Order: sequence, then structure tokens, then C-alpha cells
Amino acid sequence: MAQTTLPPRKADQLEGQAATAELEKSAERAASRRGMFMAAPGFVYLFLFFALPLLIVFVYSFANRSPTGRTILANWNLDSYQRLLDPFVVQIAWRSFVLAAGATAICLLVGYPFAYFIATRSPKVRAALLVLVMIPFWSNFLVRTYAWRMLLGSGGPVSQVTEFLGLGETRLLFTTTAVMIGLVYGYLPFMILPLYASIERVDFSLVEASRDLYASGWQAFRRVTWPLTRPGVVAGSILVFIPSFGAYVTPEILGGSRTTMLGSYIVRQFLQARDWPFGSSLSFVIMLAMLGAAFVYFRVGGKTL
Amino acid sequence: MSATRDVVRPTGNARRALSANAWLVFAFFYAPIILLVIFSFNDNRFVGVWGGGSLRWYREMFANRPVLNSLQNSLIVAFASTIVSTVLGTFTALALERFRFRGRGAFDGLVYLPVIIPDVTMAVMMLLFFARASSLLYGTMGATFGLGIGTITLSHIAFNISFVAIVVRARLAGMDPSLEEAAADLYAGRWEAFRRVTLPLIMPGILGGALLALTLSLDEVVITSFVSGPGSTTLPVYVFGLVRRGVTPLINAVSTVMLMASMLLVLFSLLVQRRSQ
Repeated sequence: MAQTTLPPRKADQLEGQAATAELEKSAERAASRRGMFMAAPGFVYLFLFFALPLLIVFVYSFANRSPTGRTILANWNLDSYQRLLDPFVVQIAWRSFVLAAGATAICLLVGYPFAYFIATRSPKVRAALLVLVMIPFWSNFLVRTYAWRMLLGSGGPVSQVTEFLGLGETRLLFTTTAVMIGLVYGYLPFMILPLYASIERVDFSLVEASRDLYASGWQAFRRVTWPLTRPGVVAGSILVFIPSFGAYVTPEILGGSRTTMLGSYIVRQFLQARDWPFGSSLSFVIMLAMLGAAFVYFRVGGKTL
Repeated sequence: MSATRDVVRPTGNARRALSANAWLVFAFFYAPIILLVIFSFNDNRFVGVWGGGSLRWYREMFANRPVLNSLQNSLIVAFASTIVSTVLGTFTALALERFRFRGRGAFDGLVYLPVIIPDVTMAVMMLLFFARASSLLYGTMGATFGLGIGTITLSHIAFNISFVAIVVRARLAGMDPSLEEAAADLYAGRWEAFRRVTLPLIMPGILGGALLALTLSLDEVVITSFVSGPGSTTLPVYVFGLVRRGVTPLINAVSTVMLMASMLLVLFSLLVQRRSQ
């Protein structure tokens, strides 16, 4: 109807545009179909073997436990969430938090100057030093943790060294210190690599400019370099904090009964206490905490994995 | 440039502190590994005391049935899960990076989850899932399946898909899409353009992702220990069990072999990356 009032040219044009739009739309639909087709295998797999298991954990966290340790999928309740507030559980969570935060702080304190050192070498030296960081990063975590069990054991190399130095025998194995050493040893590369990436990207002529304006070396660092590398600091800290908080292997090998962390406590609910609903609620909550941290990580633009 | 370097590199005590810190970190990284390797050649059955060099523990390792058995399981699981997850992960990366489709955002999130989730949570998830699936199967068909190599492989694929997808996707994102367009302009069909242009260009990413998957699968302990059955553990899970009971020279030997395997994989993947640059 509207077309009759328009000049013929214009009408043709409109029709042409409509046809093009129609074509574009169908091409878009075809591309969308191809995309879905390509995504399908991975999606189906992850849905079946990841999303569904996650949902099951969520459902189990509201279930009941029979006195014999069987899980009863009826009479849904929030008991296992209430138990998260038990002083004992809160104590373990707090200990995990303190250990993870401590390990993160030490990694940052040691890792920042280290990453700065590497980033300011000549390109050739830099590449070689980076390889030396990558090797422990990729090496078997269990084996690297085990090495410390051997070193810290009573009469082991560390104790022999302190005895030789006249400091007396050291009994570090199964203490909080041992767990802390293990966490720092295990996750330090996770701190160094994002830090290196952000320090290497700094435009150092800005630092030069600040020095020209009579800033001291410390002031230049504090006011220019540090703010520019803060994304790397946040990314590295989260990459260390997340696995440390949920750590299981490290406290299990290097810690004792008084250094239980959340990861070991969750495992105990499944393998020893047979309290699946409680273990489920714990795992679900710890996962939510990690997701929150990961959200911050992606927010600050972290990409190193 | 040299002026900049003077500004960037501190002088005096600060410089000395920086390099001292660097060497201490390197010593911290490598001393435990080196000592572990040295002690694996120790003839003494007490780990801390040197009793002369020997290959005794390596001989013992190669005669140890459970070690060999779990090593075999490890290799089967690692290769099977790497192959499947490399294929699925590459498709996933292509879909997410090259196409817009309904549900893309949700899928994107789903792909990142296995990387972020704590391994303990994922272990719990897989255990409950296989327990449910097994009882469901029994209820409906009277068939059962136990925990073992199958469930381990299925779980490893689940986290490896994500790692492969992320690595391949990074490679795809760095690739110039106009190359594919040029191929299309030159009358290459979709498949032709993919096979002759896209695939060769993202091959280093695919290879890197596959090596990462292989390493992760060979190293995984927590999830595997939850979904493995009696007699069907992998090498790290078996070693973990031994380690919890104490330190023995035999574990040192097995650990050294595992360490060497992962170092070879790192060097190989670094070579792959260098060649692609």
C-alpha cells in the first residue's frame, strides 16, 4: 500500500534492500546453524559430564544422610548448609583462608621482584630465564610436593643443614610451616607468569619521564610502575589464592591433623565420614567462592592460564 | 634505549637485592627437584642417609607389578582422553571464535567452568554422577558398571576439553580472518579453505592444547582418586597412596621418572611454540 505512493525507483530500491536483508538473514541463520553444529559435540559432552554432575552435587546438598551413611534423596532440607556455620567448620575455613592468603602474600613479595628482574633483562636472557620458570610450572605437582616431604622429614636434608649450622634439629614436617612452604613452592610460578606479562608490557619511557621530573627511584616505582602492573598483581594473586584455598594434595602430604584444610575436609566427608550431603554443600559453596574470585580475575582482564 | 634501561634497572643495593632474590628463587625451584633425583640413586634404604650410588630402586621399580600396572593405566587414560578432548576442544574453539549462534554465551561460560572449579569439587561431582548413573542403569536395565579406567577417562576428557578449547581459541583469535576470506575469494569451498588455510595456521595451537591435555592427564591426582576403582588406579594416584604412608627410595625413583616425563613434555611444547613463531 505504501509502495504505490512512492516513486517507482524508490520502491525498487526498497525491495532490493529487503531482498538483501532477507539474504543476509538467511546467511546469518545458516552460519548460526553451522556454529551450533560445530559446538554440539563439545556442548553435549560438557553438559552430560560436567553440568549434570554439578547439578547432582547441588541436589545432593539438600538430601539426607541415614545413620549408616547412605544418602536418602527425600525430605529435602537445608541442614548441611546450616552445618557450614559449625565452629569446627568455620575454624577449618578460616585456617584455609589464612594459609591461602599467607601463601599469596609470600608469593607476591618474592614473585614481584623476581618477575621484575626477568622482565628487565635482555631479550635473550629473558627467554632463557622464562624457560627455567616454565619447567617447574609444568612439572608434576605431586612429585614436587613429595620432594618437600623428603626434605623436611626428621633427619632429612633441611634438618641436617640446620644442625650443621648449629641451629639444632628442625621438625617442620606436618606443621603449618610445611604446608605454607608447599603452597608457595607449588603455586609461585602462577604468580610470576602473569606478573612478568604485565611488567614486560610497561612503557618504561613513562618511568623515565617521572625520573626526569625529579621523582626518586622509589617514587617512580610507587607512582608509575606499580599502578601500571596492578592487573598482573591481581591476576597472579587470584591464580595463587584459588588453588591454595581448595588445596588437598599439599596439606595431605606435608600437613598433620592440626593443619586440615577445606579440601581435605571435603574429601573426608566422602571417603571416611560418608556424609555426602554435607560434603556436597561444602564443595558447592567453595566452588561459588572460587567463581567469585575468577569473576574478579576476568574483570581485571587477566588472560594467563 | 640504554637510557631507559638505566632508569628501569635499579642501582646499588636495590640491584644487588633484586639479583640475590632471583637466584634464591631459582635455587628454591630447583634444589628440591635435584635432591630428589640424586636420592633416587641412593643405595641406602633410609632416604636421608647416603649409601653410595646405585640403580637398585629403578630395577625394583621395573619389577614392581602395581607400579607397572598403574603406569599402563595412566598411559591409556592420558592418550585416550587427549585424543578425544583435542578433537572436541578444537571444534568448541572454532564454534566459539568463528560463529554467532543461539546459546553461545552460555556455552562460553560452560567451557570456562572446568578450568576455574576447584579439583576437589570436580572430584565430588564426578563421583556422585557415576554413582547416580550406575544405580540408574541398574534400576532400568539391570546392568552395572564399576569405577575404573572408563570413568577416569571420561572425567579427564571433561576438564581437558576446556583447556584445549582455550589454547586453540587463543591461537584462532590471533589469526587474521581475512586469510580465510581470501581463500573463499579464490573459490575455495568452506571445507577446502578450512583444510588448506585455517587448519595449518591453528595447528601449533592444537598441538599445544594436546600437549597440555596430555600433561594434565598424566599429573591429575584428586579427581582420579575419586573415580578410580580398586586395582585400576593411575600412577599418580598409586604414588599418592604410597607417599601418604611415608618416604621411600622407591617413590624417589618413580618420582624421578614422572618428573623427567613432564620435563620432556614441556621442552617439546616449548619447541612447538618456538617453531610456530
